[in-house]
Parts: sequence; structure tokens; C-alpha cells
Amino acid sequence: MAENKRIDPKTGTSTVGHEWDGIEELDTPMPRWWLWTFYATILFSIGYCIAYPAWPLIDRATAGALGWTSHGQLESELSAERARRADLVRALAGMPIEELPAHPDLLAAAEQGGRSAFKVHCAACHGAGAAGSRGYPNLNDDDWLWGGSLTAIEQTLRHGIRQPGDDATRQSLMPSFGRDGILKSEQIDDVVSFVRVVSRQERPSAASRRGAALFATNCAACHGPGGEGKRDLGAPRLSDGIWLYGGDRTSLTDTVTNAHAGMMPAWADKLDPVTIKMLAAYVHSLGGGEAAQPRLAPAPVRR
Amino acid sequence: MEDEVTLKAGLWLFAGIGAIFMAAMAADGPFAVHMTIVFCAAVLTAFVTMRGVSDTVRSAGAASTDQRYYDDVIRWGVLATVFWGVVGFLVGIVIAAQLSFPLLNLSSEFTTFGRLRPLHTSAVIFAFGGNALIATSFYVVQRTCRARLAFPGLARFVFWGYQLFIVLAATGYVMGVTEGREYAEPEWYVDIWLTIVWVSYLAVFVGTIVRRSEPHIYVANWFYLGFIVTVAMLHLVNNLSLPVSWVGSKSYSLFSGVQDALTQWWYGHNAVGFFLTAGFLGMMYYFVPKQAERPIYSYRLSILHFWSLIFLYIWAGPHHLHYTALPDWAQTLGMVFSVMLWMPSWGGMINGLMTLNGAWDKIRTDPIIRMMVFALAFYGMSTFEGPMMSIKSVNSLSHYTNWTIGHVHSGALGWNGMITFGAIYYMVPRLWGRERLYSLRMVNWHFWCATLGIVLYASAMWVAGITQGLMWREYGDDGYLVYSFAEVVAAMHPYYVIRVTGGLLYFAGAIFMVWNVWMTIAGKRRAEAPMSAPAFNPALDRPTPRAAAAAAAAE
Repeated sequence: MAENKRIDPKTGTSTVGHEWDGIEELDTPMPRWWLWTFYATILFSIGYCIAYPAWPLIDRATAGALGWTSHGQLESELSAERARRADLVRALAGMPIEELPAHPDLLAAAEQGGRSAFKVHCAACHGAGAAGSRGYPNLNDDDWLWGGSLTAIEQTLRHGIRQPGDDATRQSLMPSFGRDGILKSEQIDDVVSFVRVVSRQERPSAASRRGAALFATNCAACHGPGGEGKRDLGAPRLSDGIWLYGGDRTSLTDTVTNAHAGMMPAWADKLDPVTIKMLAAYVHSLGGGEAAQPRLAPAPVRR
Repeated sequence: MEDEVTLKAGLWLFAGIGAIFMAAMAADGPFAVHMTIVFCAAVLTAFVTMRGVSDTVRSAGAASTDQRYYDDVIRWGVLATVFWGVVGFLVGIVIAAQLSFPLLNLSSEFTTFGRLRPLHTSAVIFAFGGNALIATSFYVVQRTCRARLAFPGLARFVFWGYQLFIVLAATGYVMGVTEGREYAEPEWYVDIWLTIVWVSYLAVFVGTIVRRSEPHIYVANWFYLGFIVTVAMLHLVNNLSLPVSWVGSKSYSLFSGVQDALTQWWYGHNAVGFFLTAGFLGMMYYFVPKQAERPIYSYRLSILHFWSLIFLYIWAGPHHLHYTALPDWAQTLGMVFSVMLWMPSWGGMINGLMTLNGAWDKIRTDPIIRMMVFALAFYGMSTFEGPMMSIKSVNSLSHYTNWTIGHVHSGALGWNGMITFGAIYYMVPRLWGRERLYSLRMVNWHFWCATLGIVLYASAMWVAGITQGLMWREYGDDGYLVYSFAEVVAAMHPYYVIRVTGGLLYFAGAIFMVWNVWMTIAGKRRAEAPMSAPAFNPALDRPTPRAAAAAAAAE
């Protein structure tokens, strides 16, 4: 094809002499910077392959001059972190949680660790900011179902709420008044009216007065005569504006009819005791933490 | 001739009966739906084959067909490219909006992100990109070989068979039929069908090259052939699987664990390398010099960058599995082969851009050239970004973030999209025998909408990805992670909304193209101030040089 070679007038470069559907090719040499950069990447690759594990052999790969492995790097980073935290972990492991407030540095460190662990283990239900949502309690307020002291929170974390198979779990069950036929539909309406009066959402009415009597016989044992709740039983306070499943008429009617029995997992067999202490300290610090109480034996199981 | 046609129609009918039998025996609903679609397609093909008898007999006398290129299937391919492009872009906007506003999942299994996402990726890569590659490869191989397409009947089968593959894949995704392998979601029976179609495609392409009347094979055809052969190999290995039932839609991969992951990403990365890079470089090597009316910048560069690209790309897949269960040595090789791939990839960009040497003014005057130059610029950008992201320390920040999405889309929207639009604008007036496009200025509008869309999309995803990567690894003073996963998700919202805006602009550009192509085919010409475009001589657009010379002499 050499006979078709010509000089391209615009660039002064010779063509190769081929032509396809009017397309020709210039015989421009490869740009030097392109070629040298290509060589440089090849040299880098050879060096990298010498330094790091690279070529598969029969039963293993070349190990690399640096002796680096990804498992090794992870292990060294983890052990450095373990060493950095060792003092803190040792101190926390040996200290009953109610004594934490007496050691402000330790408490602050525990809260920081708890904040991080909360985002991994707890945020899925309670939200990243611990504000909760329907069925999942808000942990920022001082309205506690089972108690807001450090020990109470630690107990809840370790054994969970209604966790099957855990003998020390928080246990209680509200009857399904409607579904089980304990109250008739219009009686439930009356009870709901009374609860809405107690929580200052409605003015007293004939219905709420009928409901008051029903409440006294059916509900007061757990929720208290004035709906102030009872922590031993995890029975929520009804006289405030905080609701786990909603305080409107429809939600309340549903709750009384079918009842709810939310559960929280027991974390004692998933997390180490120090992390649980950290979580308890963090949740305690969110705003609703209550003063330490004398350490009690775990609450007896109620079924 | 008539006997042969009757035999063909009979075979199609037989296949249809087989399909309806399979539908009746089906182990699950989606398989029955798919076999019913196959039945309809087979019966339709049998009917068309029978009806074709009279046409074939009538046109048998016209010996002049050999004097023209076989362009029917290319015209269908151009229309299919435009159609699937619009569908793919639209589904992309829908899923981008779903990520911004999850309510748009519409609480129906058929409209969830998980099912629509493969619909989007397959529609743009395999339906839009695949049809563009098939159509342009048939266009280019005929003209650069100066030979009529080999086996026109088989070429028609390739086109319609490929459309059936697309329909089966797309309906499958919506019904929840998936192998769960990214970019290779269709199930075993659809894979078998695609294999048949693809081997036929190879036969048509190679057959045409064998029949060429040029002494040499043009570089565009090297790239197209590399793409067709490698995709066949990738498809076969990645889809090795065992069906649960021969009349059911579920199968399980032959590989397991990290071997399966590596097979998947060996395929996935080379789908990018050979489908979206090598194939589209073939497109670039024909349409850029034709539109610029300039010779290719460097023959030597084209040889070296072709072979180095083909050799290096196939080993780069493991960079998708950095810091996973994949052995360290495989990660090292994945990384270094990706780094070495930088210059071979850029060889294509240099050869494309520098082909404009001596015609740089066309970027100002010719909107189609502007599109092609923009495509090459984005090609260069994403083929620099890719090797960079494969470096392990960069990858530890970028992996699993929206940066990857930004990278993919700067390549897909910028490179694949724009070079395809350029090729379509080049081919449409020539294929339908029109003097020029309906409107070159409308090409300009398409260009600016698409450009603005890409800039919004890519920059939003880069910022989102780096933000995401930094938030995930942010440690506080006490050595604990600062953000929860959900907080990082919430931080993405504004960027996701910007992405939807970018997608809408890109889509608006495509609508201009639909309008322009439609009106051009209808034979309309918009009255407007002229812009430059290379001259087209239909008489020279002939298979053999002799025929072309004779036609030229006759003028």
C-alpha cells in the first residue's frame, strides 16, 4: 500500500497509505509523554508486585518484600486500639455502674464509647438521636417505663424486655381487653375517654365518668388510680403527654382492645459487659438520667 | 426457495409449540409468562417468514442488491437505540427519585427500587448501548470492508433475537426473576438465548470481514471484533449455573463464595471494558474521522493501545473486591493491572482528539463534532478516574460510596451516551437518504442539555461519595466512630435531589434527539441558519470500489 502514501498538508505528516471508506491514517509517532507514562506505570506495577503479595504459586502466593498482609494490618490496628483503651476497659470492668458518677473522667469516657456503640446497636429502633418512634421509646426524656437510674438502665440493657429465654428479663403483659372479651366495645370507648381526661386532652364528660369506674377496677392495679404508671411493671404513665403507641382516640382504642407487648433484645450475650456499661452511661446522659439508687437484686419474674 | 421458506416457518412454529408446552408445564408463574412471550415471538416470526415468500420471489430478479450495502437492519437498530435509550433514561430518573423520596417505591413489589434498578442498568447498557453497538458495527464493517453484510437473514435474526432477549430480561426483573449477578441478572434460559444470538452476531461480523474487498482490516473492526469475542467468553463463564427445574426460572451459580464473587467481577469489570470501552472505541474510530473529515492521528498508537488495552483490561476485575475475602495477591494484581491500563485507555482518547488536528475550528461550527469531542473528554476523565479509584488507599475511601456511581455515570452519560448520539446524528440522514438532519441547531440544544445534566449528576455524586466515605470513617477524639449509617444516608438527600435534576436535563436532551430523528426520517427540514456538516455523496456509499468508481463516472 506504500504507493498510496501522501503527505497530509495540514499537519505535514505522512499517511500510512491505507484508506477505508475515505478514512486514512497518519504515521505520527507515539507521543513521548504517553509512552514514558505507560512505561512508568509498568515499572510502578513491577515494584508494587515485589513489595506486596502478588503472584500465585502452586500452594501459596509470593509474600512480598514488605511482609504485609491485610489480616496482619487489621490485627495490628486492632491491637493498637485495644492497647490504647486497655486502662479504660480495665477500670470500667472492675467498677459497679452506680459508682461511675464519682469518677467524672471515667464517666465521660464511658459516655463517648456508649455514643458510638448506640449508633451501631441501638439506632435501628431508637433512632440515631435516641428520639425513638412509635413503639420504640424516646430515651431523651425523663419518662421511663422501667426506671432511669444507671443500674436500672444497665439491667434493661443486659436482659432486655420480654426477651424469651432470659429469666431476668423485664416482664409484664397488659391484657387485650377487647379481643379477650373483658370489656365491651362501648366500655372501651368510656375507658379511652377517661384516659384522655387524665392526660388533659379532653374535658370530663358522661363517658369519662363511666370510664373512671371501669378504670379503677380494670386498669388502676398496674397504671395507678390516677394513671401515674408503675415502673415495677413497666406500666406507662398515662397522665403525661408522652405516648409509646399514640394518645389519640383511635390509637388508644386499639391499645386497649389488642394491647401491645413490645420487646427489646437482651444484650448480655451479644455485647461485652464494658460496652453495656458504656451504653447505660450514654443513655443515662441523654437528659432523663435519674440519680443512682442502692443496688437491688434483679426484679423477680412476673408472668 | 419456497421450500426453504416453508421449512424455516415450520421450524419457528415448532419452536412456538415447544414454548407453549413449556408454559403449560411451568414450575412458576414468571416462567410461564416468559414462555408465552417466546410463543408469541415464534408464531409472529413464522407468520412473517411465510408472508415473506411472495416478497422474496418478487425481488429475486433484482440482482442489483449486491451493489448496495444492507442497511435495513441498521435502520431498525438506530430506531431501537433511540427507543431503548429513552426508556432507560426514564427508568433512571424514576429510581433516582426513589432514592431521594422512598415513598415513590409505591409499596408494590413490582415498582420497588430493587427491581427497577436492574431494569435501568440493563436498559441503558444492553438495550441502548447494545443496539447502538450492533447497528454501528454493521454500518462500519460494511463500509470499511467495502462489502455487503454477510448473511442478511442471520443479521435480521440477530436484531430481533436481541430485542427478544431485552424483553425477556426486562419483564423478568419486574417479576423478580434474577440471578442476582450485577449486569448479568437474566436467568439461565435467557442466557442460553443470548448465547445463540451472540454467536450469530459473531458469524455475521466475521463473515463480512472475510468477504471484504479491502486488503487491511480497519482499526474500528479490531475493536468491534474484540468486543464481540470477549463478551461471548465473559457471558458464558459468568453464567455457568444449574437450573433448579428445566421448566422453572430459578438457577444457582456453579461457583460459590469468593470464587463466585471474583467470577462476577471479572465479568462485571470486563463488561465495562469490552462492551462500553472496546465496542464504543470501534464506534469512535469510524465516526470521528468521518465527521471531522481528517485522517486518524496515529496508526502506531492505534496498534499499541489496542493490544495493550485488550491484554491488560481482562485482569483488572479484582479491584472491585479490595479489602474483602479475596486473597491479597489477587487484590494486588487487580490494582496494578488497572494502573497500567491508564495509558492504553488514553491512547484511544489521544487518537480521537488529535484526529481533529487541522480541523479544530469544527468544534465551534459542527455540533456533532462537539458532541464527539465532549465524549472523548469524558472518556479520558473516567479512564483516569478508574485506575485512580483502583489504588487500594483511594478505594478504601471511594468503595461502596456514590463516588462509584458518579464515576460510572461520567463514563456512561459522557462517553457512551454522547458518542452514540454523535453516531446516530451522523447515520440517520445517510440511512434514510436525507440531504441533512431536520435541524443541526437542535443537536446543539441536545448537547447543552446533556452537558449540563452530566455536570450536575457527576459533581453531585462526587461530592456525595466523598462526603459519605469521610463520614463513615470519621473518628472522634476518643477513638470512636462519629456517625451512624442512617445519619450518612440522611446527609445524601440534597445530592440525590441534584442528581434527579441532572437526569431530567439529560433526558430532555434525548427528547430533542427523538424529535430531530423523527422529523429527519419524515423528510422535513427545519428552516434555520446553516451550520457546517461534512458532505455526503450517496453514489460513493457503495460496497466495491469498482461500483463506487462506476457510479462516480456516471455522474
